[in-house]
Amino acid sequence: MSMIDRIVGGLRPPAPGSTAGNGHLAADAGLIVDASEMTARRTTPWMAVQTARNITRPHALEVIAGAFERFQELHGDRSFRDDPAIVGGIAELDGRPVVVVGQQKGASTEENIQRNFGMPHPEGYRKAIRLYRVAEKFHLPLVTLVDTPGAYPGPEGEERGQAESIASAIRALTTLATPIVVVVLGEGGSGGALALGVGDIVLALENSIYSVISPEGAAAILFRSATEAERAAQAMRLAAPDLLELGVVDALIPEPAGGAHTDHDATTRAIKTALVAQLDRLARVPVADLLSTRYERFRAFGTILEPPNEAPAPRRPWWARGSVRDLFLRMRI
Amino acid sequence: MRLRNPFGRRPKEFPSHLWTQCPSCGEMLFNKQLARNLNVCTKCGHHFKLGAKERVEILADPRSFRETDADLSSTDPLGFVDSKPYPERIAAAQAKTGRRDAVITGDAALAGIPVVLAVMDFEFMGGSMGGVVGEKVTRAAERALAERKPLVIVAASGGARMQEGTIALMQMAKTIGAIARLDAAGIPFVTVLTDPTTGGVLASFASLGDIVLAEPGALIGFSGARVTSETIGEKLPTGFQRAEFLLEHGFVDQVVPRDQLKERIGFFLNAFRVAGQDLRWSL
Repeated sequence: MSMIDRIVGGLRPPAPGSTAGNGHLAADAGLIVDASEMTARRTTPWMAVQTARNITRPHALEVIAGAFERFQELHGDRSFRDDPAIVGGIAELDGRPVVVVGQQKGASTEENIQRNFGMPHPEGYRKAIRLYRVAEKFHLPLVTLVDTPGAYPGPEGEERGQAESIASAIRALTTLATPIVVVVLGEGGSGGALALGVGDIVLALENSIYSVISPEGAAAILFRSATEAERAAQAMRLAAPDLLELGVVDALIPEPAGGAHTDHDATTRAIKTALVAQLDRLARVPVADLLSTRYERFRAFGTILEPPNEAPAPRRPWWARGSVRDLFLRMRI
Repeated sequence: MRLRNPFGRRPKEFPSHLWTQCPSCGEMLFNKQLARNLNVCTKCGHHFKLGAKERVEILADPRSFRETDADLSSTDPLGFVDSKPYPERIAAAQAKTGRRDAVITGDAALAGIPVVLAVMDFEFMGGSMGGVVGEKVTRAAERALAERKPLVIVAASGGARMQEGTIALMQMAKTIGAIARLDAAGIPFVTVLTDPTTGGVLASFASLGDIVLAEPGALIGFSGARVTSETIGEKLPTGFQRAEFLLEHGFVDQVVPRDQLKERIGFFLNAFRVAGQDLRWSL
């Protein structure tokens, strides 16, 4: 059993062929840890994209209001401005104070314009970093809620260092000395999502997606046409069950039949149950172990072919090599 | 009909395998001369792209470079097919470049200082970062940490490799994790951003150097032009996402011409050396 398994208590599905793995801890929290459980409920990748983006899905502030108590929002990056596409603050989860940070989409076009469709600017990520530090300083667990099409790709973002802010946010999370649980609520769009996406446990709602680039972006690059997004989504394996198989997420939070948007209360209840269970577990792990396990969790991504270090075959003497050898062989005939 | 005088002056012909036109000043440059000048235009100083192998040659001291992990190659974690299957794309890139993936890593001496050096290869699938690039950069950082040597990375990449999906995305967290350990151990990390450095490579290790240098005129930015116009329906103004723009906005320490790069990196590494601990960095 790997170190990761020991710490999360066998939350991850056992490796094929192994009998280790104890799903009961996950079952307690009602989580899906095995993608094969999902086969019957799976939709097409393109439908998954549509569901994950559904404007009536519960968004971060709603989840915070439903799953947490006494939320006090904190604003601003102390440098430039308050980015409305990232929200965060202090709240209580089942009576325990935590720091929560999430990307905020709107539930209407008007609200979406105000929230920039959940696409953060660099100052949003710098606000997030500030709140991560608050969690670390006061030994509060951190919960992040991922829901963004991606970081804002416009000129203001470039001017203020979009790439640097994302890299710094990821660095802050990889070394943050406090437990972190990530929940992907809807859309996990690329590096802009990963800036909130590095944690000890990564959970995802059943109908969420997570991808290296939006299907439209991929289509624009691969097929030179954004209308091929459906085809790109097919190839990208971005739906939650795929992510579970790839190990990008550790477990899925089941949604009500019909999707999270059909029953917000049930969805936030399921999120709360999952968070409480995971934070309980992580609270018992020494921080040094959390950090080394977190490092190994992300260190393990990427399957590569590495030829074994074989000693080279011993060199034949000159008369047994190439053309000389051929000559001898021919002469024998 | 005009007849051409067969004895008159012919227009100058520049066979493309011998000559290159500078896109900046229009000068015709003799290829051999261009190569001798490190792929920099002799007239206006325009920096052409430089191959990974040539880059290693200009940074590492003569005969000091020992390549590591040269034979790591990629799998196809997603079973990805667009217009052709991903393994075919890799095979084509391997045949074209003679390399297994988009980065060369190894041990070298730079201006007499032992370093771990990683140079990305834009020729290999646009220098994109998948599992192999992530692994090699991470191993380079881990070796730098274990041997307490500075890490120098020359970035040239379009970003994360789409064909490896979220696994490629996770390489950002993986490489940053290793860089963060280097940071905590007080070991110098220098990055050089060359044309182009964009997307998931810029948004991970490339931006996090203790010193971030860039080559003149290099395209450096977060979003690719096509993604920007697709998402916000407008194009970025010209001059955005150039090395000088990043310098002006505070995301690059210096823009350094190619012929001064080695000397400049050497200067910083020397300055960071702890007195009395020859070529070692203190805890």
